[in-house]
Amino acid sequence: MAPKLSLRDVVVRRRGAEVLRVPSLDVHEGEVLAVIGPNGAGKTTLLQVLALLDRPAQGEVLFDGARVRGRELSIRRRMALMMQDPLLLRRSVAENVATGIRMRGVPRSERKARIGRWLARFDVAHLAERSARKISGGEAHRVSLARAFALEPEVLLLDEPFAALDQPTRETLLDELAGALGETGLTTVFVTHDRGEALRLGDRVAVIVGGRIRQVGATAEVFAAPVDEGVASLVGAETIVAGKRVASADGIASVRVGEHVIDGLARDGLPEDVLVVLRPEDVTLMKPDSHRPESSARNRLHGTITRITLLGYQARVSIDCGFPLLALITKQSLEEMGLAVGEEIAATFKAHAVHLMARGASVSIGEQRSS
Amino acid sequence: MDLIWDGLREAIHILGTGDNSVWSITLRSLLVSGSAVVISLVLGILGGAFLAFKDFRGRNILLSLVNTGMGLPPVAVGLIVAVILWRSGPLGQFRLIYTPAAMVIAQTIIAAPIVTGFTAAALRHLDPRLRTQLYALGASRMQMLWIVLWETKLPLMAAVMAGFGGAISEVGASMMVGGNLAGETRVLTTAVMLEVSRGDFPVAMALSIILLVLIFIVNAILTSVQQQEKM
Repeated sequence: MAPKLSLRDVVVRRRGAEVLRVPSLDVHEGEVLAVIGPNGAGKTTLLQVLALLDRPAQGEVLFDGARVRGRELSIRRRMALMMQDPLLLRRSVAENVATGIRMRGVPRSERKARIGRWLARFDVAHLAERSARKISGGEAHRVSLARAFALEPEVLLLDEPFAALDQPTRETLLDELAGALGETGLTTVFVTHDRGEALRLGDRVAVIVGGRIRQVGATAEVFAAPVDEGVASLVGAETIVAGKRVASADGIASVRVGEHVIDGLARDGLPEDVLVVLRPEDVTLMKPDSHRPESSARNRLHGTITRITLLGYQARVSIDCGFPLLALITKQSLEEMGLAVGEEIAATFKAHAVHLMARGASVSIGEQRSS
Repeated sequence: MDLIWDGLREAIHILGTGDNSVWSITLRSLLVSGSAVVISLVLGILGGAFLAFKDFRGRNILLSLVNTGMGLPPVAVGLIVAVILWRSGPLGQFRLIYTPAAMVIAQTIIAAPIVTGFTAAALRHLDPRLRTQLYALGASRMQMLWIVLWETKLPLMAAVMAGFGGAISEVGASMMVGGNLAGETRVLTTAVMLEVSRGDFPVAMALSIILLVLIFIVNAILTSVQQQEKM
């Protein structure tokens, strides 16, 4: 079966400069494709091309396998785009939800039913008659979600929909969105710069950096095995250091990094010069003199704490162990262990958590990985 | 002072007794200026939307021209329209000079830049992402335009008020292209001019009071709609 939505050889230019180049991208029926990338990477441009709002300088968009000509209204009306800012109109909440449905010529009774159903689904039915200018930011985002779902599109495009919200509201809305996506099975492209959101919602992930898609694959695969340093840092592997493979046995490769030897999962064809990639949440901290509990962690490094950054309920601990190593622990652990800058500490992590990749690895245009 | 008090007393008497010619002049004023404003709205909204949304070379020059047009001297407009509609002029064969149609044309030329300028300014103040959002909701170009105009209806009402005010209160152009013919092209402003030149101040005052009340009523209605919308 043809993918629901595809891009082929798409190039977008702004004032003569190329801002996006996608040799090939497919969005399959019923999947949630999360697109992550830093600010200015071209995520929004990619979404606008998919939404037929931005015409690429070259290349084509395929909907259900058929080439779309320009900004074809009939195809646009089979999709819905939710932007970061709800941008509600100066009318009632119900009228806002009705706007897009009315454009599609849906009969009045059906329209009313849809508005009622989706406002209730996102818990804002009680605001139906209220002016959209007199509701809170969180409520406006709920209305915006209801407006997009009420269109009953075949493809839903979400452009960092909750980026402007505070953490608790964002968490709640993500849960509700995940629920609604699960119920409807809607084909979705979800753009975010938050890897947590991508992990939570994405069946697959596309990582975009500098206007190029660097890696596409099943979410777990991309997060576990980023193809290059750029992707690794985006998917949250914050410790990336260069090392030399010194031994390989039983599927485990030993890599020398400075004075340490780190064990990681060996892969076929791994060269001698490698990068060791480690996610901060995979690192466990303990006092150097503490008795080592029975553990499957093969790696134990000693170092000095250089910095502690509090992030809500979590703390990011920077450790100098000959190279910079990052660990993410709970604020509670930080307090219980009484950790402070300048203190000696032992960091442990499993070989399984260490991702080894060839140094200088990168995926060039046209060689994107696909699951 | 007596002149003023006598004038006011006489004016109130004329208004109270309902002199037929006064009311027909008033009605003609409303029809001519109302038609000019309606035509100006159509031209001004389309022109204003074009200037606000289309990115093209020379847009700033065009905007400057429109802004200059917002302060066009009615006498100059009258002169140009008169020359064009004159029997021997380029559009002389339509025999429009000294007709209400000629006055509508002149007043449209005065009011259209005002509506265009206000519309362009209002639409350019809108969040540009709103248009993208509307297209993303499935709007056609006309649906998008209709909704953004609806969103900017408060400043657009100001455009209607300014346009109507400019049209109904001008005298130079109406005099020149209408000729102030009794029962045909005489409107409130030209009638006031005539009565003053005749020295008939009470009638001139009565007509001026009607003109002021008309402008006040139109603006009061639009202002109250504006205030309700703001609630």
